[in-house]
Amino acid sequence: MPASQPAVAKPRASADAPLVVEMHGIVKRFPGVLANDRVDFELRRGEIHALLGENGAGKSTLMNVLTGLYRPDSGTILIKSKPVSFSSPRDAIRAGIGMVHQHFMLVPSQTVTENILLGLDDPHFRMQLHEYDTKVAELSERFGLKVDPRAKVWQLSVGEQQRVEVLKMLYRGTDVLIMDEPTAVLAPQEIEGLFKTLRAMVAEGKSVIFISHKLQEVTAIADRITVLRRGKVTAGGLPAAKVTRQELARRMVGREVIFHLDKKPRQAGDVVLEVKDLCAENDKGLPALRGLSLNVRSGEIIGLAGVAGNGQRELAQVITGLRKCTGGQALLNGEVVNNRSALFGILHGIAHIPEDRTHVGTAPNLSVTDNVIMKKYRHPPIAQYGMLNIPAATKFANQLKEAYDIIVPNVETPVRLLSGGNLQRVILAREISGEPTLMVAVQPTRGLDVGAIEGVHHLLLSQRESGAAILLISEELEELLSLSDRVYVIYEGRIMGEVKIDAKEPSPGLIEVVGLMMTGTPLSQIEKEGAAAHV
Amino acid sequence: MSELTQPTRLRRRFPFTIRLEPRLSEPPRWYPAAVSLGAILLALVVGGIIISMSGGDPFRSYAHIAKASFGNIGVLSDTIVKATPILLTSLACSLAFRMKLWNIGAEGQFIMGAFGAGAIVLTPILPPETSPWIFIPVMMLAGMLAGALWGLVPGYLKAKFNVNEIISTLMMNYIAIAWINFWIFAVWTEGGFQMTPKFPQNAWLPRLLDYAKQFPIFRGLTTHLGLLIGIVAAILLWLVVYRSRWGYEIRLIGDNPRAAQYAGVNIIRNIVLVMMLSGALAGLGGMAEVTGTVHRLQTSPLAAGYGFTGIIVAWLSKLNPLVVILVSILFGALLLAGREIQPSGVPKMIQGTILVCLIASDFLLRYRIRIVRTEEEA
Repeated sequence: MPASQPAVAKPRASADAPLVVEMHGIVKRFPGVLANDRVDFELRRGEIHALLGENGAGKSTLMNVLTGLYRPDSGTILIKSKPVSFSSPRDAIRAGIGMVHQHFMLVPSQTVTENILLGLDDPHFRMQLHEYDTKVAELSERFGLKVDPRAKVWQLSVGEQQRVEVLKMLYRGTDVLIMDEPTAVLAPQEIEGLFKTLRAMVAEGKSVIFISHKLQEVTAIADRITVLRRGKVTAGGLPAAKVTRQELARRMVGREVIFHLDKKPRQAGDVVLEVKDLCAENDKGLPALRGLSLNVRSGEIIGLAGVAGNGQRELAQVITGLRKCTGGQALLNGEVVNNRSALFGILHGIAHIPEDRTHVGTAPNLSVTDNVIMKKYRHPPIAQYGMLNIPAATKFANQLKEAYDIIVPNVETPVRLLSGGNLQRVILAREISGEPTLMVAVQPTRGLDVGAIEGVHHLLLSQRESGAAILLISEELEELLSLSDRVYVIYEGRIMGEVKIDAKEPSPGLIEVVGLMMTGTPLSQIEKEGAAAHV
Repeated sequence: MSELTQPTRLRRRFPFTIRLEPRLSEPPRWYPAAVSLGAILLALVVGGIIISMSGGDPFRSYAHIAKASFGNIGVLSDTIVKATPILLTSLACSLAFRMKLWNIGAEGQFIMGAFGAGAIVLTPILPPETSPWIFIPVMMLAGMLAGALWGLVPGYLKAKFNVNEIISTLMMNYIAIAWINFWIFAVWTEGGFQMTPKFPQNAWLPRLLDYAKQFPIFRGLTTHLGLLIGIVAAILLWLVVYRSRWGYEIRLIGDNPRAAQYAGVNIIRNIVLVMMLSGALAGLGGMAEVTGTVHRLQTSPLAAGYGFTGIIVAWLSKLNPLVVILVSILFGALLLAGREIQPSGVPKMIQGTILVCLIASDFLLRYRIRIVRTEEEA
């Protein structure tokens, strides 16, 4: 293509736009794993190309090869038709390829501008930062990345921090931006903002690689889609407009994913958990729960919807005894459980699937056996006369390994070597095997691949059938609406409203109503306005 | 960041580069042991180079160390006598470290253990003619209690007020030394000398040489009952850590305190208990040393740094109580060799080199090193 050609006028790249990235026959082998098996990938100028695949499908490996973090065992990479061989991400950035990782690499105590300039040779001395502030402001204006250049990074929300990461790449003149699961940390409104930015970027002739395992987003944003499965390309550069979600899902997991869960109608039983006017503070000592009330019956899944950070974590911690509350009560079958201890909850049949699998839910260097007996080591058969019965513990662990399909060579393996999905299975196996009366599940499917999510959903539904009361706290609206019998919406520590879910016939306006509540409109007000609109 | 460009340019000139890759799978079972052995060998080579640089003959020096500590049954016995206090202090450290409680105070707890045992004799709580069958258990108990008390103070402060245990245990060492000095100089002094009178024979731990009449081979061997006490303590501690409910809690807290809290483990109580048991073990070491070897309270042979050597030994043993037995004997040998080798700093230097190499070798368990051919820039 001649260099004189003007920037692509149309927002969507045409099929004859020049290729900016070509990867041919990329092979990358790790001990015991073929992470990339002769992968081909190409990116045109001005397009958003989604890279879709389950966890461990080889998406991140492929991008790490492209950005110079890994060197491929074989295969060639061409950038703007010139073969390249990067030995570090720095080389890649120089060639115009930048990646925004899932975990941000920012200095919290420095300003946005300082973070963006970090590592650059210009300026040598940080004296005249305001002119750079203006530059950064211009750049953020151009791409719709609203962020104050003078703000310190620690003051920013996660979504704003992500914008800083994107700005960092744009400031370095990136033509190809790789975004690794960018929406995992964002609220729904922020996702829309990100999509706008990405569209603005491709309109200027830049290209975006969008890594995700969320079908909905991929079909919403991408021009073309490449699907990886177990290190191999199962669909290369499909035009997004021409594929269905079902087909993509099939290529991703190799079988049809059930979108409609097999949820049997079930009459809810007695109230198991009753939360009344609960107040609690967060880690910073600020009010996180402000008089929250809800109830969960046996044989019922109650969804708690809300944008992260509105008190969900604190609620789960108060119920499970990990946090003190400052007012109100939580009753389990009529007995007060708040301000007791975690042990009290465990002994009274409260199971807890914590939000943070690695830092709270498991002990990484201990074996699978040690991790599954975490709540059973006090009583026979695991404990006898103060000693552990190792054969009994091993037998128990092996039973769980079989029953819950935990893939490990043996139960002596430390759990830090397990994948996310397997680790979650270990936690679920442990919590469900205690035959809980109440299960508090916080983000049980976050970061899992489609197959693993399906497994978790089935386990939760089977718990519902066996009569457990389940409080499901999640940010995945789709998940909440398909699993729950009722959904409460939390906003700034209060319940905005409660909606019943009819499994057979979901009411059409439901998502909008829940969305409005998630952004702070109480249900009563929505109904009033709705009524007013009809009059 | 900008200095990164330099090696990049440099790297292009060499056909090979060294790359470090994190291990994705568990290495085979023999691998950690092989790496440790390799590290020790490397340390000996480095030590040898230093010895030869300072004008010595490394081979002769090493041979001499080996002979001076394992050469015959007499010196072997001396090695074991040196190893006994290290064994108990490093058991104390290994327990506390398992829970990531950094008890640097085994030295002070050791001294207090010796004081507690001495107080039984010197106060006197038991008359000198008491049977050893009563004397020894009572002194063991007193030593452990005194040590436990010395562990309780920083443990309680940590549990209640989150006082940094590294500082508090370290400071408690100096208090222990001042405390025992006061009693030795002011109360129990023997004619104004800096030592107390010798303990009565009944209060001595039995030694092998006591049985020389029945077994002539034991003549002159000073190995005492403390060795047996230490080995039994190591086995019991192993059972506690790896096979008991309480040990499970300790391992859980040590690996992930948040998970332990989530599992309903009482962390506060465990901090206090573990610090007390750790102190008791070190105190038992002090009791064994004073009743088995020194036979009187005297500062210099008691405050000889066994508590600090115990820290090193505990680390080198990867906190495994059974491995501690072996490593203590090795360190006993190095201590003993210090008497024989001139300059006497050499065994200390070897100790340090071994420690650095072993700690550094841990890296190889987590990363693999690969040498890759650098591809030509196109």
